[in-house]
Amino acid sequence: MGEPATKEPLSLEELQASGNLRTGRKHVLSILVENKSGVLTRIAGLFARRGFNIDTLTVGPTDDERISRVTLTVDGALHPIDQVTKQLHKLINVLKIRDLEPADTVSRELALFKISADGPQRGELMQITEIFRGKVVDVTKRSIIVEVTGTTEKIEAFESMVRPFGLIEMMRTGEIAIARGRGET
Amino acid sequence: MRAVDAVMECLKAEGVDVVFGLPGGANLPTYDAFVDGGIRHILVRHEAGGGHAAQGYAKATGKVGVAFATSGPGATNLITPICDAMMDSVPVVFITGQVRTELLGTDGFQEADTIGITMPIVKHSFMIQNPLEIPRAIHEAFHIARSGRPGPVLVDIPQDLSRADIPYEPVSDVRLPGYQPTLEGNQKQIRQAAKALASAQRPVIYAGGGVVNANASEELIEFARSDRFPVTTTLMGLGAYPAQVDGTADPQWLGMLGMHGTRAANYAMDEADLICAVGARFDDRVTGKLSEFAPRAKFIHIDVDPAEISKNVPAHIPIVGDAKHVLAKLVVEYRALSADPARLAQWWERIEGWREKYPLGYEDSADSEIKPQYMVQALYEATGGQAIVTSDVGQHQMWAAQYYDFPAPRRWINSGGLGTMGFGLPAAMGAAVGCPDQLVCCIAGDGSVQMNAQELATCAQEQIPIKVFIMNNGYLGMVRQWQELFWDGRYSHVDTGKFPDWVKLAEAYGATGMRFEDKGTLVEDMKRAIATDGPVVVDVKVTREENTYPMIPAGQAAREMVG
Repeated sequence: MGEPATKEPLSLEELQASGNLRTGRKHVLSILVENKSGVLTRIAGLFARRGFNIDTLTVGPTDDERISRVTLTVDGALHPIDQVTKQLHKLINVLKIRDLEPADTVSRELALFKISADGPQRGELMQITEIFRGKVVDVTKRSIIVEVTGTTEKIEAFESMVRPFGLIEMMRTGEIAIARGRGET
Repeated sequence: MRAVDAVMECLKAEGVDVVFGLPGGANLPTYDAFVDGGIRHILVRHEAGGGHAAQGYAKATGKVGVAFATSGPGATNLITPICDAMMDSVPVVFITGQVRTELLGTDGFQEADTIGITMPIVKHSFMIQNPLEIPRAIHEAFHIARSGRPGPVLVDIPQDLSRADIPYEPVSDVRLPGYQPTLEGNQKQIRQAAKALASAQRPVIYAGGGVVNANASEELIEFARSDRFPVTTTLMGLGAYPAQVDGTADPQWLGMLGMHGTRAANYAMDEADLICAVGARFDDRVTGKLSEFAPRAKFIHIDVDPAEISKNVPAHIPIVGDAKHVLAKLVVEYRALSADPARLAQWWERIEGWREKYPLGYEDSADSEIKPQYMVQALYEATGGQAIVTSDVGQHQMWAAQYYDFPAPRRWINSGGLGTMGFGLPAAMGAAVGCPDQLVCCIAGDGSVQMNAQELATCAQEQIPIKVFIMNNGYLGMVRQWQELFWDGRYSHVDTGKFPDWVKLAEAYGATGMRFEDKGTLVEDMKRAIATDGPVVVDVKVTREENTYPMIPAGQAAREMVG
């Protein structure tokens, strides 16, 4: 017997107003998980069920082959993030979760840009690439591919700089993050 | 040893004495092992019946229930019991067959992605990829199902792997680094809770199914009586605190709270200055409109699942721990403070006022017609209040909860969270198998009971002596009530008519069928049904259009109770 207990139809505006559209600061969750089949599905499914959008997600091995690290970034207000980390902790294969403080964290992302570059534009593109400490990794007559590493903000800045040249394609890995200092993430 | 024989050994090591299930192609090897396995297996007629039976067994005994099914449709038929067990925190291990590994992912015959389908509704699941993993997976499944906040765990075993010959050694430990439930509760927090209770002027204890799961009923009673704390429970917590003691109503018992709870309980929550929630999860059927729920109260929230704390209502004093451990410590801390019980006198005066003014009640019929509420009272009388009672979902469930004064935990078995129609009959079957010395009655709805009536055949074959009392009003009663109250009485597809003939159907299944229509002889008739050997189905004709009251309309506040 679901809600509402009324025969009045709900307007779309009302539905939107009552919706849980939350925006808050970006959270980087660093999650250690057992390297077992289905773990990523369990995590992704949990986010979907609770209505959370994952902005970026990376998965990779750690120095222990039985353990993998999932780094994901989420846009959320404080309270629901708390609920999500608690729910994540309930997954049996999740070993540890850290909600990384941006100030105490070094985070990096790798991006590859394929940009159209006919003759005269190439020089300017190379200059921009140099400023961003990127690397040109492929050149053809009509395009170049640039590799850029850095924070999400830096990559977005580079993107806005090169877009006017004709951005053919862009690929980003999503963020990985590590806690500053001697302690483990 | 064959992997399937190892499965039997693991089950025995876990203390399993009965399995509910149904064989098929993918679990043929497992079923071969049952022949000499030394474990009782009850052949159900539908996997959902087996799953609910395992739930009923688990809820009545406190042990882990076990249900088996084959791959594909066998596994998908278990979805409702799995989800139900998840919502109500019932420890059940489900073991499903899967197609051979070479067929996985090829849309093979009777292949379904059981792990994928069930992922959102299990506490955990194991997809067996190597036969050597089987014993450990089974033991871990039992450990996870019964510990912490209990729940369903599924083990999916591909057919070829279950035929493997493996070296079997008993597993004596489980290693789950990511799973360590906190049971004890933080002593500092507990002390803080005791202090808050000692200074509260209008406290209420709000207990839920977590108290039953933790076998913490004694601790709850001791805690409540360490002062004159008013106690209410959720639908799932009924029996954790006795409604009656030696035939008279317990003075501290307010009745159930929530949508169809008592006014005393709901008004007390509304005016409380401190609510001590124990093993309860602030479900929407309890809180009503969240923003107006208990607006004056601070909250102590004791729960073994940290994710429940502050999920719906922010807790002022959160305590992560199992109800049994935490309540035992809380009593000690509370007693040490020697709070003055006189401070609660005014509060009790207020509560007594509500109780007097708004007792649970209904208008009885002037003739021989059986009112549904009276049917529950009659069953209470016929059973001396000592039966295990299961129910389906709907009006009859609420009347059973309101009028059968449960004296002890694990006597009331129903589907609270998921609200599964067709739960009661198979759950009664499981409870009766688990507690052969106790009388098990099912108060069923005529709409619900057909959803798993096929298990009457199981009951007849195994001579499981459940007594099913169908509260027959010929309607999907709760939906009818909502259509009457909130949709201008435009009845849409709620009239179930007069079929089937329950007496004939019971007899066709090999059970005894009876029909009662007279209020005057109902108690004696019920006693006769209870005294009849084997499974009995009683068609009790009740008032057709009767509403379940009192009621907080969905999404409204306690103050807006009607009826």
